[in-house]
Amino acid sequence: MSNQTPSQTVGPFFHVGLIHAGQEILVNEHTRGQRILVRGRVLDGAGAPVPDAMLEIWQADAGGIYNHPADPRRAQADPDFSSFGRAATDPNGEYQFKTVKPGTVPGDDGQQAPHINLRVFARGMLIHAITRLYFPDETANDTDPVLAAVPDPGRRSTLLASAVPGEDLPTYQFDIVLQGEKETVFFDFSE
Amino acid sequence: MAETAYQPGMRTRRSALDWTVQPPYLHPPYRGTVLRAPKNSLILLPQSLSEWTGPLYGESAIRPLDNDLTRNATVNGEPLGERIIVTGRVLDDAGRPVPNALIEIWQANAAGRYRHHRDEHPSPLDPNFSGAGRVLTDQQGQYRFTSIRPGAYPWLNHDNAWRPPHIHFSVFGTQFISRLVTQMYFPGDPLLALDPIFNGVPDEKGRQRLVASYDHGVTQPVWALGYRFDVVLCGDRMTPFENRG
Repeated sequence: MSNQTPSQTVGPFFHVGLIHAGQEILVNEHTRGQRILVRGRVLDGAGAPVPDAMLEIWQADAGGIYNHPADPRRAQADPDFSSFGRAATDPNGEYQFKTVKPGTVPGDDGQQAPHINLRVFARGMLIHAITRLYFPDETANDTDPVLAAVPDPGRRSTLLASAVPGEDLPTYQFDIVLQGEKETVFFDFSE
Repeated sequence: MAETAYQPGMRTRRSALDWTVQPPYLHPPYRGTVLRAPKNSLILLPQSLSEWTGPLYGESAIRPLDNDLTRNATVNGEPLGERIIVTGRVLDDAGRPVPNALIEIWQANAAGRYRHHRDEHPSPLDPNFSGAGRVLTDQQGQYRFTSIRPGAYPWLNHDNAWRPPHIHFSVFGTQFISRLVTQMYFPGDPLLALDPIFNGVPDEKGRQRLVASYDHGVTQPVWALGYRFDVVLCGDRMTPFENRG
C-alpha cells in the first residue's frame, strides 16, 4: 500500500463531469434475466434526504457472471448487460436503477447470495462508503458470508431491500442511511 | 478504522485502503461531514469476485476532444484564463502502471464558477468552457489533458471560506476496490493551509500527494504551463488475474 492517493469529496457539483443520461439503466432489449427496478432514498443523520449524493452499482449478470478477466466464466457473460451503473439523487434524495436480478456469485467458501455492490459518494463525504444490497426471501441469504459477518440482526437488516408490491416491474426499495439509529452497514475490504 | 469480523478464508486483517493517508468520515472542520459520517465502524471483509472485478473501459469511452477542455465546449471562441496541461501516470499499489484507466475530470472556470445550477458564486460563466473532460491512460498508464487553471471560489463552510483552486478527478482502475475520487491542487497555494477538505487528509505526506508539481518540461513554449500529477490506486491489479483467473 505504498503511496496511495488520498480520497477527496465529490463535492456538490459532480454532475458537471460525472452524470450523463442513461447511466442508471443497465439493460437493453436483449439482456437476459428478470428486469427489476431498484430505488430508494439516501438519508443523513438527521433523517433528512441527501439531494447531492451519487451512487455507483456493480453487479453480476443474471447468470452470476462478471464480464471481467478475473471471472473465469467471463466467456459466458451476457454481452447485453452493463454490470456498472451510476445515478445521482434528486432533490428528495431519491435514486433509481433499472437492472436485472443478479445470479449467485462464487465465494471463497460456497456461494454468495445475489447482491448488488454499491458505493455512495456525496458532498460531506471525504471518502466513499461501500455497502451491498441483498434481496428479501432469498434462501441463499442464510449462508451468505457477508451477511454472516454482520452478527447483529438489526444491523444486518439494513442490507436487505424490501419488495414494493403493485409495480409493473418487480421493484425493490433500498434506503441508505448514512448515520444514526438505522445506519446502513458499510464495509471495508482487506488486502 | 475498520473493525474486523471473523471470516472463513480471510487472508489478512489489514485494510486494502491505507487509512494513515485516507481521510476519516467525520472531520468536523468540514461541516458537511457532521451529519453524513457513519458512526459505526466499517466491517472488514475479505475480497471476493465482486471486489476483484470492476468496470473496464477502452477507446470507445472517449471522444476526440474529451481531453481538451479548451476546445470541447466551444461556442464562439476560446475560454478565458491561463491555459494548462496536466499529465501523469495512474499506478496500482504495487507501483505498476494501470493502462485503460478512465479518468473523468470536472472543475470551475478561471473565475471560480462551475457550470452548475447550484453554484451561486457571483462570478461569470464562460460560454466556451464546460469544465468537464475525460481521458484514458495509455499502455504505460499515462494520461494528459489540456484545460484552464481553475479559480478559487467562496463557500459557506465557515466565515470567509475559500476553496483552493482544484481539479476533481474520478478514476477507475480494473477492480471494484480500486475506485478513487479525489482532487488535484496547485503547488504553492496559500489557501491549502486553510482548507478543511484538503486538511481532512490526516497525514502531511498524504496531503502532498494531492498537490501537482509544476513541470517546465511539460510546459509548451508560447502556449501552456505544465503540471504533473500521478495517481496511485488502492489494490493490486495483477493479483486476481494471476491467482484467481
